[in-house]
Amino acid sequence: MRSQIEGSRAVAQAVALCRPEVVSAYPISPQTHIVEALSNLVRTGELAPCEYLLVESEFAAMSAAIGASATGARAYTATASQGLLYMAEAVYNASGLGLPIVMTVANRAIGAPINIWNDHSDTMSQRDCGWIQLYAESNQEAVDLHVQAFKLAEALSLPVMVCMDGFVLTHAVEEVDVPTQAEVDAFLPPFEPRQVLDPDDPVTIGAMVGPEAFAEVKYLMHAKQMQALDLIPELAAEFSQAFGRTSGGLVRGYRSSDAETIVVALGSVLGTIEEVVDDLREQGVKIGAVGVTCFRPYPLEEIRAALGHARRVVVLEKAFAVGVGGIVGQNVRLALSGLPVEVLDVVAGLGGRAITKQSLHGLVADVLAGRLEPGRLTFLDLDWKLVERELERMGRGRRSGPHAENILRDVGAVAAKPH
Amino acid sequence: MFQVRIHGRGGQGVVTAAELLSVAAFDEGRHAQAFPTFGSERTGAPVIGFCRIDDRAIRVREPIIEPDAVIVQDPTLLHQVDVFGGLGPDGYLLINSERSLEELGIGELEERFRAERLVTVPATEVARELLGRPLPNAALLGGFAALTGVVSLASVAAAIRARFPGEVGERNVRAAERAFELVSSQVREPSRA
Amino acid sequence: MPLQPIKFYQAGSFAVGNRLLDPDQRSVQARTERSNTLTSGHRACQGCGEALGARYALDAAMRATGGRLIAANATGCLEVFSTPYPESSWQLPWIHSLFANAPSVATGIAAALRAKGRTDVRVVGQGGDGGTMDIGFACLSGMFERNDDVLYVCYDNEAYMNTGVQRSSATPAAARTATTGAVGPEPGNVFGQGKNAPLIAMAHEIPYVATATVAELRDLEYKIERAMEFRGARYVHVFVPCPLGWGSASRDTIRIARLAKETGLFPVFEAEHGEVVSVSKIRRQVPVEEYLQPQRRFAHLFGDPPRTDVIERIQAGADRNIRRFGLLEGEDAATDGLMRVLAETDRGPQ
Repeated sequence: MRSQIEGSRAVAQAVALCRPEVVSAYPISPQTHIVEALSNLVRTGELAPCEYLLVESEFAAMSAAIGASATGARAYTATASQGLLYMAEAVYNASGLGLPIVMTVANRAIGAPINIWNDHSDTMSQRDCGWIQLYAESNQEAVDLHVQAFKLAEALSLPVMVCMDGFVLTHAVEEVDVPTQAEVDAFLPPFEPRQVLDPDDPVTIGAMVGPEAFAEVKYLMHAKQMQALDLIPELAAEFSQAFGRTSGGLVRGYRSSDAETIVVALGSVLGTIEEVVDDLREQGVKIGAVGVTCFRPYPLEEIRAALGHARRVVVLEKAFAVGVGGIVGQNVRLALSGLPVEVLDVVAGLGGRAITKQSLHGLVADVLAGRLEPGRLTFLDLDWKLVERELERMGRGRRSGPHAENILRDVGAVAAKPH
Repeated sequence: MFQVRIHGRGGQGVVTAAELLSVAAFDEGRHAQAFPTFGSERTGAPVIGFCRIDDRAIRVREPIIEPDAVIVQDPTLLHQVDVFGGLGPDGYLLINSERSLEELGIGELEERFRAERLVTVPATEVARELLGRPLPNAALLGGFAALTGVVSLASVAAAIRARFPGEVGERNVRAAERAFELVSSQVREPSRA
Repeated sequence: MPLQPIKFYQAGSFAVGNRLLDPDQRSVQARTERSNTLTSGHRACQGCGEALGARYALDAAMRATGGRLIAANATGCLEVFSTPYPESSWQLPWIHSLFANAPSVATGIAAALRAKGRTDVRVVGQGGDGGTMDIGFACLSGMFERNDDVLYVCYDNEAYMNTGVQRSSATPAAARTATTGAVGPEPGNVFGQGKNAPLIAMAHEIPYVATATVAELRDLEYKIERAMEFRGARYVHVFVPCPLGWGSASRDTIRIARLAKETGLFPVFEAEHGEVVSVSKIRRQVPVEEYLQPQRRFAHLFGDPPRTDVIERIQAGADRNIRRFGLLEGEDAATDGLMRVLAETDRGPQ
C-alpha cells in the first residue's frame, strides 16, 4: 500500500512482513526508529510469533541472532556505526557459521571523532567480513531489499546486511509502497535451515578447525558469496514480476549506456546525482551515472560492462581507506583493469556533510576541465585553509593537541546576537 | 518543485510539521519529501524541518538551500540563525508571532521580498487557546495553506487527524483553521480553502 | 524423635554411599541409560576438574529435561578439548560461537524455541571463569536481568587456562599465574581484587543461584536438577581444580576441591531470588595451608622463610566466608539443600 511514511517505519513494516521469529535490538542513532517500530509491532501482536530481545549491547544483539538462527528461527537485528564495530567479532562469526541473519545498517560515520551523521565508513569497514552487502538508493528500495534479503540469505545460508543512509533515508518521510502480507508470503517461503540445533537430531556447531581444513571452509564461503552474483539478479527479476517495480539487482545505470563520463556511487546520493545528470544532459554533456546496489559480492563483470565504454569514471564515495585512497574506486579500477578508462576517486559526504547539486556541478566542471589530479583522492568541499592551519599548528610543537578541538578555534562557535 | 524550510526549536514539533505538510501534499496526489536536520535528542536546540513538494518523483537529497517558503516557529531564532538564507524575492515567509515584522526588527525585509507574502500569525497564542498547549506547528500549517495555497486546508486537516487521532487531532485542526482565517485576512492574494 | 541424618562416606573419596539411597536419589552416573552427554574421546588433561564437572552437570541436566536440551558453549578449555575437529564428544545439540557471547547465544536459542512454541526444549549456557566473569560478563548480566530461560553453568578453575594460565577476575589472591608471577614484593595475584560471581548473580534476583564443587558430585547433580525445576535465569558456579594450571597432582583434583570447601575458601550454597536458602556445612574446618600446599601455584608461600603473613590473610578470607555464610554454625539438615531432598524420601539417608 502506498503511503507517506518515515523510512525507518517502512523498513520496520517490511521486516515484520517477512515474519522474523527473533528480533534482537540495541538502540543507536540513527536506527532507533526501526527497532522502536518493531517493538510496537511485537507488543500489539501484529508481528507474531516473534520474540523481541532487549539486549544489552550490539555484540549481544548479533550473538542472540546467531543463537536464534542456529536454532532455525528467522533472525533480524539492526545497527549503525559504532554498534557495527562493537559487534564485529560476532558479525564475522555469523558469516563463518553460515547463518542467514538479515541486518539493517543505518549508515553512519565511525568515530573518533564521534559523529552521528551519514557516511559509509561503517559498512565499508566490514566489506570483507563475508556478509552480502546491499545498498538502497531510496526508502522504497530499502523496503524491497529487506524482502529480497531474507530470501537471498536463506537460499545461500549466508547473512545479508541491507545498508541505508542514516538520517537521510531512515528519517526521511516519503512515498513508499509497502507490500501486503500475502504478497510477501508468496515471495518468501518459510525458513528451512541448512543446519539447526535440535535435540531430535543433535549436531555440534562451531568447532575449532585447524590448518588442515580452514582454507577449504573459507574457500567455500567465498564460493557461496560468488553464487549470489547469479542469484541476486534472479531474485530482482522475480521481485519485479511479483511486485511490479525494479528494485535490487547488482548495478543500475542511469543514462549511462552512451555516456562519456560516468559517476559511480552507492546509496541515496544517486538521487541527487541523477538530477545533476539530467541538468548536464540538457546542456549537451554526455554524462551518466551507475549505482552499485550489491557491493559484496563485488559484481566485477557487471561493473566492467557498465563502465567499460566510458572515457572517464568519477567514483564518488562516502568513505575512504585512510593512508591509501578510495575504496569503491579501488574496486572499480579492478573491474576496469586493462581498459583505457580514466578513474577519478572523489570522497564526499563524510560525517554527514551534504552533497549538493551545486557541488556536484562544480565537480563535473572540474573533471571535464581536467582539474582533478588522476591517481589522487579528491576531497569534495574540503576546507583547505582549515586543514592547512592545523597542519601548520602540528608542525610547530610536539604537544599539538586533538585535531577536532583545535579546528574548533578556527571554525568558531555560533554566536548568539542580542535581540 | 516547491521547497519549504521550517525553523524552530527541539520540542516545538518542527519535524512533525514538515512531515504533516508532506502527508498533506501526498494526499492531494503529489510527491513530497520531508526530513529534519538531525541531531541528538535535545529540547530547545535549533531544529530545521525541510519539505519538498513536486508533481514528479523527488530524487534529490540535499538540504533546502533555496526555499520557496520559510516558516519560523520560534521568533527567538530570527537574530540567531540565518532563517532567511536562500529565500528568493518571490518567497513566502510565515512567522509565529503576535508582533509585526517591524516590531520584530525585520521590517526591512519588505524591501527585499514581496510584502504581501510576508506574514506573521500568533500561532502559539492560538494553540494555547485551542489546544491548551503552546504547540504552534498545526496552526502554522493552516497559516501556510492560507499564505501559499500549495496545500489545501482540508488536506492539512486530514493529515493532522491521521497523525493525532481523537480529541487531540480535532483541537489541532481547529488551531489550523483559526490560523488559516487569520492569515487569509492578511493575504491579498486568493487562496484555496 | 527428630530425624537424625547419618551420612555414610566411602573411605578416601568421601562419596555418599549410592547403594543406600532410593534409586531416584542415586547419581545419574549410576545408570546405564545415562546420556553420556560429554562422552569419552575428548582431549582433556588427566585429572581435569572441568571435564568431570561438565559430564556430571550435563548428564543431570539431560535427565531433568528428558534429553530435551541445547547447549551454548563459550570458547575455552571445555570447548577446545571436546570438539577436536572433525570429532566431537557432545551428544546433544551444541554450539560454540565466541568467547564472550555464550550467555547471549543461549538467550537467542531460548527465544527461538519460545517463538516456535517448543517450550519443552531447555537451554544451557556454559563457560569457564574467564569467558563468564570477565569478557562475557556484560552478556551474562544482560541474560540475568532479562530473566531469560537459560541455565548458565560456570566452570571456575580460577584463570584463563586454555591460553596458558593467565590471571582472571576469579584468580584468588596470592596465586601464581603467567601474568601474576611469583616475583617482586607481592608475588602472585594481588589482594583486594576479583569479583564474586555467585553474589553478583544473586544481586540480579534471578530464580536460582548455586555453587558446587567436583568433590561432591551428587550435590552438583542435585543442584543442576534443582535449577531445571525453575524457569527463567539460573546460575550454577562450579569449582573445578585444574592440575596443569594449579600445579597439582592429577589424582588430587577431587581432594583439592573438597579442601576448598572445608577450609571455607569456597562456600557451597543455594540462593533463590537473591536470598540464600541453603548452605552446605563444613564437616570439619581445615586450615588453609592444607589446601594451598598441594598446589604449586602457591609454592612461593612455603619458601624459606614462608610467607605466613600472606597465608594469614588468606585464612582471614576463609574465616570471613565461614562467618558470612554460616558455614559452621551447627549441623542443620534443613539448611542443606541436598540433605533436605534426601530426607524427604521414604528411605532417606541411613
